[in-house]
Amino acid sequence: MLADFLEFDFLRNTFLTGLLIGVIAPLLGTFIVVRRLSLIADALSHVTLAGIAFGLFVEKKFAITFITPLYSGMFFSVMGSIFIEKLRSVYKSYQEIAIPIILSGGVGLSVIFIALADGFNTELFNYLFGSVSAVSRNDFLSILGISVFIAIIITLFYKELFTLSFDEEHARVSGIHAKRIHFLFIVLTALVIAASIRIVGVLLVSALMTLPVAASMRLAKGFKQMMLLSIVFGELAVIIGLITGYYLSIPPGGTIVMVSIIILLLSISLKRFRYRTIKVRDNNEH
Amino acid sequence: MNEPVISMKNIRYAYENKQVLNEIDFILPKGAFMGLIGPNGGGKTTLIKLILGLTKPSQGSITLFNEPIEKFKAWNKIGFVSQKSNSFNKGFPATVYEVVSMGLTAKVGYLKFFKHKHKSKILHAIDLVGMSEYAYENVGNLSGGQQQRVFIARALVSDPELLILDEPTVGVDYENVQRFYELLRDLNKNQHITLLLVTHDTGTMTEYATDIACLNRSLHFHGNPEEYKELTEKDLSRVYGHPVNLVTHDH
Repeated sequence: MLADFLEFDFLRNTFLTGLLIGVIAPLLGTFIVVRRLSLIADALSHVTLAGIAFGLFVEKKFAITFITPLYSGMFFSVMGSIFIEKLRSVYKSYQEIAIPIILSGGVGLSVIFIALADGFNTELFNYLFGSVSAVSRNDFLSILGISVFIAIIITLFYKELFTLSFDEEHARVSGIHAKRIHFLFIVLTALVIAASIRIVGVLLVSALMTLPVAASMRLAKGFKQMMLLSIVFGELAVIIGLITGYYLSIPPGGTIVMVSIIILLLSISLKRFRYRTIKVRDNNEH
Repeated sequence: MNEPVISMKNIRYAYENKQVLNEIDFILPKGAFMGLIGPNGGGKTTLIKLILGLTKPSQGSITLFNEPIEKFKAWNKIGFVSQKSNSFNKGFPATVYEVVSMGLTAKVGYLKFFKHKHKSKILHAIDLVGMSEYAYENVGNLSGGQQQRVFIARALVSDPELLILDEPTVGVDYENVQRFYELLRDLNKNQHITLLLVTHDTGTMTEYATDIACLNRSLHFHGNPEEYKELTEKDLSRVYGHPVNLVTHDH
C-alpha cells in the first residue's frame, strides 16, 4: 500500500511531511491540552487561513511569488498568537474571550482576502481540508526546518514548560519567567499549526493536536509517557489517514481525524476494560 | 535570638483603597517553627505574598536573609507550599517523581538538563516525606494527605533554608494532620529548616510550633506557645474582631 508513496515524488513529500507533523502536533498538543488551551489552536488555525488567503491573493493579483501561502499563513498565525496574549492580559478575569475575538477576526479577514482573490478555488479547498498532493519539495523542506526548530526548543525548555503547565503560581514563585516561557510556547503553537495545515487543513488541524493527547491521557502514567504515547497515536493517525485518504480520494484531513477518533474510542474502551478486570480481580480476592 | 530570616518593618499594604495590612513589624528568627494564625481576611495570605515578592508593600521594608527584598536573588533558599497546591487539576498525568522534579527547575536553570545528582536528590526528597512507595504513581490518584506530602517534597528538593506553608492541612483528615505535623517537626529539628506555617488549626499547631503570631490586619500577638495559651478569651476576641469562646479538647 505504501508503494505509491515511495515511488512518486509528490506523494513522498506528503508522506514525510505527514510523519513530521505526526510528531510535532501531538508534542505541542500535550502542553496545550493540560493547560486547557485547546481552543487557542482553533483560533490560530483560522488566523492562519486569513494568512493563506492573503498569500493566495498577492500571488494571484500581484504575481509576487516569494510570499508563499505557507509563509504568509505562518506570519499571520504568529501575529495572531501575539494578539491573543495581549488580549488575555487586557481581559485578565475573562481570558477565554481572546479566543472568539481572534477566531472571528481570522474568519472575517479570510472572507475578505478570498473575495479579493476572486473567490474559492481548488487550492483553497486543499488548505481547508488538507491534501495528499499539495506538498511541494520546498514546503517539505520548510516544514522540516520548522519541525527541527520546534523539537530543539521543546527539548531545551521542557522542564520550564512542564512546571508552568502544572502550577503557574509555583513556577513564578520559584523564579521562572512565566510570561516569557508562555509567549515562547504560544509562538511555537502558531508555527506548528501553520506547518500542519498542508496535510490536515485549517478546519481539522486542532484535532491532530488534541485527539491523540486525549487518547493517551486515559492510558499514560506520567507526563513523559503521555507525550510519547500521543506521538505514537499521532503518527498512526497520519500514516493510516494519508494512505486511506489517497486510495479513497478523500482529503486526508478527514481520514486522519477519523482515525484519531477511532484511536480515542479504543483507548476509552481499553481503560474501561482494564478497570473492570481489576475490579473483578479485587472482588475475587476478597 | 538567632539572626532573622525574615524581617518586616513598618509594613502597610492597601488594595483598592482598602487597608489590608497596617504597621506590621515582624521578625522570623532562624531555626524557628512559627505558626501564623488569624481570621479569614486578616491578611495572612497577603503577608506571605509580600514575603515571596509576589506583591509590593505600599510602605515599609522587607529583608530576607539580611538582604533587602528588592536585591534578593536567592529564591531557592525559600520553599513554598501554597494553599492552592492541593487544588491542582487531578486529571493531570504527572507522577510523584515528575511533580517533585519541578522544585529543581529554576535551580538547575535555563537550557540545562537534570543530571544524575538531581535525580538522586528528587528521590531523596520523596523519601524524606515517606512517599518512596508511590514515586512513579500519578499524583492525582493519591489521597489529599499524600498529595500534600508530595508538594512538601517539591518545596524541599531545592534544599530551602526557609519553608513557608499556607494552610497546608485544609481538607486533610485528623490522623494525617498529626503525621503531617510530625514531619514538619522533624524537618525543623533534624534538617534545621526554618518554618512559617499559616494555619487555622490553632490546637494541634501550639503543640509543635516554637513561635506563634496572630495577625488581623496588624500583628496582635507574637510569642511562644506557653504565652499564647495564657491569652484570655478577651485577648483572642480582640485578634479575631468578634467574641471568641475557648473550647479545649484532647487532640
